[in-house]
Amino acid sequence: MAPIEAGQPAPGFSLATYEGNRFTREDLLGKITVLVFYPFAFSPVCTDQLAIYQEVLEDFEARGATLYGVSCDATWSQQAFREKLGIAIGQLSDFEPKGATCRAFGVLHPGGFPQRALVMTGPDAVVLWSHQAENPSDLPGANLIFDALDAAQV
Amino acid sequence: MRGPEGARAVIVYGDYECPFCAALEARLHELELRVTFRHFPVRASHPRAQAAALAAEAAGRQGAFWPFHDALFADQGRLEDPHLWARAEVLGLDLARFDADRRSDAVAARVREDFRGGIRAGVATTPTLFSEGLTHAGRPVPALWEALRQA
Repeated sequence: MAPIEAGQPAPGFSLATYEGNRFTREDLLGKITVLVFYPFAFSPVCTDQLAIYQEVLEDFEARGATLYGVSCDATWSQQAFREKLGIAIGQLSDFEPKGATCRAFGVLHPGGFPQRALVMTGPDAVVLWSHQAENPSDLPGANLIFDALDAAQV
Repeated sequence: MRGPEGARAVIVYGDYECPFCAALEARLHELELRVTFRHFPVRASHPRAQAAALAAEAAGRQGAFWPFHDALFADQGRLEDPHLWARAEVLGLDLARFDADRRSDAVAARVREDFRGGIRAGVATTPTLFSEGLTHAGRPVPALWEALRQA
């Protein structure tokens, strides 16, 4: 399995939000979105990549990009994780059916959890850029997202 | 920067509230490397990291960066303002100047510059260490010490 590539349209998918709504392909339209796939909430790193993206969130917003964390954890676990990290970045849950969205985007690890991956989509829900870490313990720096925004000239 | 001239150079991006950074510091001392420390305070994870970084830089304005830096890592549970002042006092710093400096735009800019440099270099967790082609991110592991011992 390989992550979806730039130029491909985002697949149909459905993720759960904490509020109990669904987040689907339609929600990608009209904006630049970065889906931040991560293996598990509460995995043992001291400073999480999401906390670092939070530090420069204003800069992402200034570039018109909205970030979401995506994992296969239940929405309640994701919310607890979000509160613990102290971040505003929204979370989307690929809990049921487990990993279906990850699989659709080509980022499902053989172990049944998300790869550490980033997928950026444009206003037409076409993939602008994607990146997958060589292994889940390599954390992608925020610079990769800025570089991708530069390259997509957005 | 501190350490013996001619020793292996190491750049560390760290945060004073991060226990993995404290663990790394302790071992770096033992290995006698030439260390440059850059601030990478991640406020969401570590609410006092920014204040600690500003305080360390303010101490640096009075020539006491490394003693203050070591004092922060030595007692990570005490990073509130009174604890920062206490460390400055123990080091014999001019407290009024220390307090003004730690609240100054110039010091904030210095810490922010370190942070942005880290972001550009791809730092995504603390500690992150760069040393002559070697990169290590996160909790220190035995393989890291092996790699650093090699010339």
